[in-house]
Amino acid sequence: MTMESTLPAQTKPHGDPVLSMRGISKSFGAVQALSGVELDIYAGEVVAIVGDNGAGKSTLVKILAGVHPPDAGTITYQDEVVTIPSPAASRTLGIATVFQDLALCDNLDVVSNLFLGREIGNFALDESEMEERSWNLLRQLSAKIPSVRLAVASLSGGQRQTVAIARSLIGEPAVVILDEPTAALGVAQTAEVLNLIERLRERGLGVVLISHNMADVQAVADRVVVLRLGRNNGEFLVSDVSYEEIIAAITGATDNVVTRRAAAVGLEREEEGTK
Amino acid sequence: MTTQVTGDSTVAADLQDERLIRSSGLGGSMRAFVSRVRNGDLGSLPVVVGLVVIWVIFQALNSDFLSSNNLVNLTLQCAATGTIAIGVVLVLLLAQIDLSVGSVSGLAAAILGVGLTRYGWPLSVTIAVALGAGIAIGLLYAFLFVRFGVPSFVITLAGLLAFLGLQLWILGPNGSINIPFESWAVQFAQQMFLPPIAAYLLAVVAGVGLGLSGYLNARQRRKHGLSSTSLVETLIKSILLIVILAGAAWYLNTDRGVGASFLLFVAIVVVMNYALTRTKWGRSVYAVGGNVEAARRAGIRVNQIYISVFALSSLFAVLGGLLAAARLTSASLSSGGGDTNLNAIAAAVIGGTSLFGGRGSAYSALLGILVIQSISNGLTLLSLGSPERYMITGAVLLLAVIIDSLSRRSRATHGRA
Repeated sequence: MTMESTLPAQTKPHGDPVLSMRGISKSFGAVQALSGVELDIYAGEVVAIVGDNGAGKSTLVKILAGVHPPDAGTITYQDEVVTIPSPAASRTLGIATVFQDLALCDNLDVVSNLFLGREIGNFALDESEMEERSWNLLRQLSAKIPSVRLAVASLSGGQRQTVAIARSLIGEPAVVILDEPTAALGVAQTAEVLNLIERLRERGLGVVLISHNMADVQAVADRVVVLRLGRNNGEFLVSDVSYEEIIAAITGATDNVVTRRAAAVGLEREEEGTK
Repeated sequence: MTTQVTGDSTVAADLQDERLIRSSGLGGSMRAFVSRVRNGDLGSLPVVVGLVVIWVIFQALNSDFLSSNNLVNLTLQCAATGTIAIGVVLVLLLAQIDLSVGSVSGLAAAILGVGLTRYGWPLSVTIAVALGAGIAIGLLYAFLFVRFGVPSFVITLAGLLAFLGLQLWILGPNGSINIPFESWAVQFAQQMFLPPIAAYLLAVVAGVGLGLSGYLNARQRRKHGLSSTSLVETLIKSILLIVILAGAAWYLNTDRGVGASFLLFVAIVVVMNYALTRTKWGRSVYAVGGNVEAARRAGIRVNQIYISVFALSSLFAVLGGLLAAARLTSASLSSGGGDTNLNAIAAAVIGGTSLFGGRGSAYSALLGILVIQSISNGLTLLSLGSPERYMITGAVLLLAVIIDSLSRRSRATHGRA
C-alpha cells in the first residue's frame, strides 16, 4: 500500500538536496572504511543505505552525526559547505540521529525523555507545556503510547523506538538518521515504526534509513544507496529495482565497471523517461 | 506544523487512549494508589509502615517512648545525621557513593571547635570556613572522578581516611575541644525552639502552599487541555497536611516544641525536593543516574552535574557535622566517627533511595533518619547499648534493601519502572 501511494514521486526529487556528501573518505589506522563515498539527501524522501557488515554504513552515519570527522571530502548542507566536528554541531545544523541503542533514560517518563536536555523552564519546569507538546508530537506521528507519564522502562520495544524518534524531532531537524530502527522489533512493532517513517517523510524531512532488512527498505524507502567495502556500489529507485538486484549490489555479484556503468546509465535513462 | 485534532475534544489530551485505565475523582485516586502498591510501586509506604511498627513496639516496651519529651529529643537527634543523609541521597541518585561523609562531618566539628576556641574566630567566620572546606572537598572528589575516572567508592574511601587524619591533626594532641555553651551555634542546636504560634503558622503556610501549588498546577494543566486533579482533592490534601503538621506541632509544643535545628533540616529537605523534581538541574540528576550515556547525548553537561552533586554532598556533610558538634557542645576525636557515616548512608537507603541510581527523593533522608534514630533512641530508653543498636540497625537496613529489590522486580513484571 505504501508502494502505491509513493509511486508517482519515485523520480528523483526536484530541487537541490538538503544535504549532500561528496568524495567522503575515512580510514581507521590501516583500514580504509570509506573512500570517495557520495550521498544526497532530499527533503521529503526516504533514502536507505544498505550494505553488508563492514560496508561503511555506520561510519557514514557517524560522520553525519559528528562522531567522527571525515578525512577527506565535503559536506554541503542547504547549499553551504559545513564541517561537523561534534554531535552538538550536528544537532545544531538540524541533523537528528537516532542510534540503535536509543539512549533513553529508563527511570524517567516519556515527557522527560522527549525533552531531556531541552526542558522548558529552568528553575521551574513547565510540565504542562511539555506534556501538551509531547501529546501533539506523538499524535502527529500517530504514535500509540497510552500515557506520556509512564516510565520508558515499561514501554514495548516499538514504543521505545517511537519515543526515541519523536525525541529527535523536538529540535525541528531537517534530516533524521535512523540506525537500524527495526532490528530488535517484532512484526507489529516493525510496522508501527515503518508507519512512523512515513509520517516523517510526510512532514518533509529528509530521512536516512540504515537497515539490513530488505523488506523494510522496499516498504518505505524511495531510494536505495548501496555501499560495499567502503565505496558506492550502486544507487537505485526502489520502484524499479528488484530484490535480487539490490542483493547483487550488496554482495558484489555485479561489482565490475561495466555493470555499474550500465546500471547508472539505465537509471538515468529511466529517469528522463519518466519526467 | 500541522495540527491534527484526534479523538473527541471533551476528553483531556492525556486520557484519550482507550487502553488507559481511567481513574478520576477522589475514589479514583484511591484506587490508583492501591493498584500502584499492588504492582510494587511502593514509594515510601514500606518505610512509613516500618516507622509505625517501630514506634508501636517501643511504646509497648517503654511507655516513655512516645512522650512529647522523648519525641522532641528524637527530632533534635535527627537533625545532624539527617542533614548528612540529604547529601548521600544526592550522590546515590547519580549511582555513586560518598563513604567519607562521616569524616567530613568530623572535620567540620574540628574546624568549629578549633576556630571558636583556639583562634577565637567569630562564629560566622568559623562556619564559613567549614562550609568552604566542605565545598572544596566536594570539588576535589568531583575533579578526581571526572578527570581521572576513579570510582567514587575509592575516592571517598581515601577521603574517609585522609579527612579523619586531618580532623585529628586539627584537633591536636588534646583530641577534644569543648565548644562554649553560650555560643549561638550551641543555642541553635540545643535550646532554640519555635514559639508555638510560629509552629502552627508554619503548618498552615505549608498546607496553604501545597493547596495553592496544586490549584495553580491544575489550572495550568486545564489550560493546556490536560487532565487535572479536582479542587476537592487538592483541598482535602491541603487540609490533611495542615491537620497532621499542626497536630505534630501541638504534641511537640506540650514539651519544648519544634527545634530550630530540626526545622532547618526539614527546610533543606523541602528545598532539595523542589530542586530535584521541578528544576532542570534535578531532571538532569535523575537522567545521569538513570543512563549517563543517554544524558550525555541529550546534551546534558554530565560533568557539571557530578561536580555540583559532589560539592553539595560534602557541603551537607559539613553542615551536619556542625549541627552535631553544636548539639554535643564538643568536637573530639570521635566526632563524625563510629556510626555517623553508615547511619547517614543507611538512612538514605532505608528511606527508599535506590543504591543503583536514578530513583529516590529528598524525603527519603527525612524518613530514613526517623527510622534509624527511633531505633537508636528506643534502645537507649530500654537501657540497651551499642551492640543491640548496631545489630538491629543492620537488620533494618538489610530489610530495606530487600524490599527495594523485591519491589523493583515487581515493578518490572507489572510494567512500571
